[in-house]
Amino acid sequence: MSTKIRLDNLNIHFGANHAVKDVSMEVAENSVTAIIGPSGCGKSTVLRSINRMHDMTPSARVTGCIMLDDTDIYSRSVDPVAIRRRVGMVFQKPNPFPAMSIHDNVIAGYKLNGVLKKGDADEIVESSLKRVALWDEVKDRLKRSAMELSGGQQQRLCIARTIAVKPEVILMDEPASALDPISTLKIEELIEELKERYTIIIVTHNMQQAARVSDVTAFFYLGEMIEMGETRKIFTNPEKKQTEDYITGRFG
Amino acid sequence: MTLRSLVMRRATNLSATLLMGLATLMVLLPLGIIFYHIIKMGFSSINPGFFTSIPKPPGEAGGGMANGMAGSAVMIGMASLVGVPVGIFGAIYLTEYGGGRLATAIRFSADVLSGIPSIITGMVAYTLLVVPMKGFSALAGSFALALIMIPIVLRTTEEQLKMVPVSLREASLALGVPLWRTSLKVTLRSALTGVITGILLAVARVAGETAPLLFTALGNQFWSNKLTEPMAALPLQIFNFAIAPYEDWHRLAWGGALVLVVLMFTLSLAARWLGRSKH
Ligand SMILES: Nc1ncnc2c1ncn2[C@@H]1O[C@H](COP(=O)(O)OP(=O)(O)O)[C@@H](O)[C@H]1O
Ligand SMILES: [Mg+2]
Repeated sequence: MSTKIRLDNLNIHFGANHAVKDVSMEVAENSVTAIIGPSGCGKSTVLRSINRMHDMTPSARVTGCIMLDDTDIYSRSVDPVAIRRRVGMVFQKPNPFPAMSIHDNVIAGYKLNGVLKKGDADEIVESSLKRVALWDEVKDRLKRSAMELSGGQQQRLCIARTIAVKPEVILMDEPASALDPISTLKIEELIEELKERYTIIIVTHNMQQAARVSDVTAFFYLGEMIEMGETRKIFTNPEKKQTEDYITGRFG
Repeated sequence: MTLRSLVMRRATNLSATLLMGLATLMVLLPLGIIFYHIIKMGFSSINPGFFTSIPKPPGEAGGGMANGMAGSAVMIGMASLVGVPVGIFGAIYLTEYGGGRLATAIRFSADVLSGIPSIITGMVAYTLLVVPMKGFSALAGSFALALIMIPIVLRTTEEQLKMVPVSLREASLALGVPLWRTSLKVTLRSALTGVITGILLAVARVAGETAPLLFTALGNQFWSNKLTEPMAALPLQIFNFAIAPYEDWHRLAWGGALVLVVLMFTLSLAARWLGRSKH
């Protein structure tokens, strides 16, 4: 498998707070990589650097290099908007557009960019909703507000919205942490299917989830990447003591 | 608890209640007096002719303030054409395009601008437009009104944009929607009712402004159809007719006052209704 994303000596500061320290890692194409670690260790911060979400935070400073295929995404000549079209993101709290219907939420990426071709919409809506297994649940009420859906349905709608614009990479920041167990299971099954077409990086503080869905796991602690490797190996035979302490729950 | 302290408490409670009631009455009373007085004095002048004809010379009965109302509409419209977009885009710049010294400077100027007495805004418009154009004009009047509208629209829009959750902006940006489109189609769109409320309040505010029009639009006894010439405005007409020594004109002035107050009242109600229906 070829490398899709490469982080090289990534450092991220928020003002004086050195949130991510010298992180280097490679993510293979069509794989699921889990980032685990205690709260505040920089998981979200690393994830959000991969689609240049920190551009919106004036105090954030990103140094080092992130390659997406052959593109240095922080190079001056690169348009962050073009990067975000290739690297989609699913957030911790489901965030459908409240003023839009279920139908319009799925094609929001096209509508907001003003590039929707007449006649394409319904086709995109149906195929995207089918892919997140939401079609049967909502096909009779596509024109209703997205806010009428349950949290789990909203999150699958957000995933549908993300894949509708055909990204190459999907970043997920604790996508199931606000959901009930059944919805969580559905999201996990979905990730399994999505990896055939997309490269996925998922942040989770739920270790069972990481073990279930990912091929590779990276353990973060205090802004540093302590260890990264095949998921099975990380969970059964980690090399670093800190990793072992964390996955066995022996963490202060 | 002793009987004495109980009585004391009751007494304190009662007097506090009375005091608040009195204070509430003092707030409502002036409004009531104004409404009562204006309706009493103005109602008799309101007839179809009031809205269709221009003032008659003193001594002739009848006549209306049609030119004043039309002039106000034109100048408020033109002021909004400038004031609303400048205010809204300024607010988007402040909230969406991130802080910095320039943002602080803009906020500070908006605050100062909104605190400047409107007569001074009129003088500035006089110096900037009336003098170089060698004449009073509707254009200068609109400019003065726009200067008053900008800070109001800017600050209310800014407050509304700040209330839009960051998660919505991020949802849009993460779909590869550029910041400017996100700002307009997601952030501003989400805040729209609040923004419109702010615009209505700004319009209500300038609709009654007299001072900034005194030496800009100047006023006009007749219809004017050129923006480069003096134009009538409702508050100006009220002012001029109220200080004139003719009974007929006084009646017209009261009629005009009634129209103005009803307009303000309607705008405020609309603004409140919009602001509330969101929840
Ligand atoms: N927008 C921000 N502004 C300032 N500091 C931030 C911001 N986002 C994250 N941080 C800081 O970066 C560190 C890592 O946070 P985060 O990546 O959210 O942790 P995690 O996702 O692992 O719980 C924390 O110290 C946090 O306070
Ligand atoms: Mg996080």
